[in-house]
Amino acid sequence: MADRMTDVSRPESAPAERAPDADAAAGPARMGGMRHPQPETKRSRRGDSVFRLLATGSGSLIVAAVALIGLFLLVKAVPSLLANQANFLTSPDFVTTDPSKLRFGIRDLLFVTVLSSLVALVIAMPVALGVALFLTQYAPRTLARPFAYIVDLLAAVPSIVYGLWGIIVLGPKLEPIMSWLNRNLGWIPLFATGNVSIQGGGTIFTAGVVLAIMILPIITAVAREVFRQTPRAQVEGALALGATRWEVISTTVLPFGRSGYIAGSMLGLGRALGETVAVLIILRASSSPSGLSLFDGGYTFASKIASAASEFSQPLPTGAFIAAGLVLFVLTFVVNALARSIAGGKVNA
Amino acid sequence: MTVISPDEPAIKPVFRSVGASRKIKNWVATGLVWLAFALAAVPLVWVLVTVLGKGYRALLSPTWFSHSLRGVLPDQFNGGVYHAIYGTVAQSLICAVIAVPIGIMVGIYLVEYGATRTDTESTPRRALFQPRRRVRRQHGRGRLARMTTFMVDILAGVPSIVAALFVFAVWISTLGFSQSALAVSFSLVLLMLPVVVRATEEMLRLVPDDLREASYALGIPKWKTILKIVLPTAFSGIVTGVMLALARVLGETAPVLVLVGYSRSINFDVFDGNMASLPLLIYSELINPTPAGQFRVWGAALTLILIIAVLYLVAALVSRFSAIKTR
Repeated sequence: MADRMTDVSRPESAPAERAPDADAAAGPARMGGMRHPQPETKRSRRGDSVFRLLATGSGSLIVAAVALIGLFLLVKAVPSLLANQANFLTSPDFVTTDPSKLRFGIRDLLFVTVLSSLVALVIAMPVALGVALFLTQYAPRTLARPFAYIVDLLAAVPSIVYGLWGIIVLGPKLEPIMSWLNRNLGWIPLFATGNVSIQGGGTIFTAGVVLAIMILPIITAVAREVFRQTPRAQVEGALALGATRWEVISTTVLPFGRSGYIAGSMLGLGRALGETVAVLIILRASSSPSGLSLFDGGYTFASKIASAASEFSQPLPTGAFIAAGLVLFVLTFVVNALARSIAGGKVNA
Repeated sequence: MTVISPDEPAIKPVFRSVGASRKIKNWVATGLVWLAFALAAVPLVWVLVTVLGKGYRALLSPTWFSHSLRGVLPDQFNGGVYHAIYGTVAQSLICAVIAVPIGIMVGIYLVEYGATRTDTESTPRRALFQPRRRVRRQHGRGRLARMTTFMVDILAGVPSIVAALFVFAVWISTLGFSQSALAVSFSLVLLMLPVVVRATEEMLRLVPDDLREASYALGIPKWKTILKIVLPTAFSGIVTGVMLALARVLGETAPVLVLVGYSRSINFDVFDGNMASLPLLIYSELINPTPAGQFRVWGAALTLILIIAVLYLVAALVSRFSAIKTR
């Protein structure tokens, strides 16, 4: 018995003898499982759990922030929605001057928002496809980086500068085009005379063009990323079969990148829906309700809220604008979630 | 009997020559693609040339960078935008101080703690008649990480006006504080966070796993590995991402419209009172019909673009001189 006990005690003295050695730290591990709990392990375990708590907490903070945004907007909007004397979804009025006679509806806001975003998408999607193909397939290798940089610079310009440029420089240049469309194709509801004058260019058409320029870099960046990931084997296979450059693209790159391209377009759509200042500066206010014409003026969700921002003093009228903001939040939430599910992980926003 | 030369194949190859219609399609596609690029480059050049041409005179004025608009009448050409530059820079810096640590922590969470190494693989296809194996339940950790990365994407798409409204609803409406530059910084945090998180994530993913594993093998705890080995390796990329996020947030106008009032004089206090900023100044001077108004509008626009350009330049220099050497 005593021998066995001394046998057991001997390995414990071995680390003490070997302590000055360089591999003292490896001593306990070599003892075949006989380990003393080292003070460093406890400290590092505590450090580990504190750090993990911090990291997990930050992650939960993001989730909580988005949930809180929805929650607070809803809570602040509900009293005004209950006090609303007009139908929220179908009324074109937005009168909040008298808190006791609140009438606000989002019909006009919805028309203008959707119309301007659609115009932006229709213009930006083909151009972005072309630019992404150019940057990945057609541009000379050495020039591809600077060219890509130029397109990314479009995203660096602040939206207020786009709004300024749009109304002061671009609008007057687009006037002849708009007048021509109105005169010759005015029987199509899209090009009918709107509720603001084409003079000065403050129409949905101009806003749509400027929005297209703003969302172009987003769609291009996503599409470029996806086109770059086309499997080389497929591209080389098509080349080996004698396809021309365009045939290679149409048979390998485009089918592979289609979902990513659509996802990028939806991200661009989300951006166009929420654009505030550029649209606020460009679109001229109108006194009559909107129809389906591209030559209308008016407000989008975002620009309506921003235009009334200085009057946020009383809770009920403010709540009306917060209700509009809630609708915009839900819209962009849905569009972004859809984009993510379409891309399926191939693409990072 | 036909003589078959040994140099030619017995059967004529089909793809020896490209037919005319295919060639035409190819040329048309090439032309369209070059046209698309020109269509993208033209607006950029146009905008920059316009702002430069209309704004350079303001920047050459002697008092532009040192004076505010206090006491300056709408049609006078003196005064400057010092108060607006201070406001823009102060709001963005406070936003950065809050958003960057949180953003980096979320990026660390998503890469180091959240992602399981196998969750990006798709389940392999099984033979038709094999019984379905029970799908292994995801850890709670994996679920939170997936929810977090989803919410970061959603937050990236939240419009600036909605973020401003949210801060208004919480800070001013519910908690009862008054409008201030601090509220603007809070809403800018919401806008800056997703960009910082994505940049951090990307940079941390680039750090080779061997580095981490060597560190663990030497007995270094996880938190020390992250703080002292992984983060410094990814640092320059994270700095670049932060600068780009800052550049994006500098030009946001919606929060300053909703959350702070405009002031023509310098206000150093971020917690109280009206404060000017470059976008707010542009917006306020737009309704000024005099030439001096236009002068100030374009000058402020050029100043804003210059600050953003400087940030981009610094970011490019940082990333050029210290990139992660990946295998």
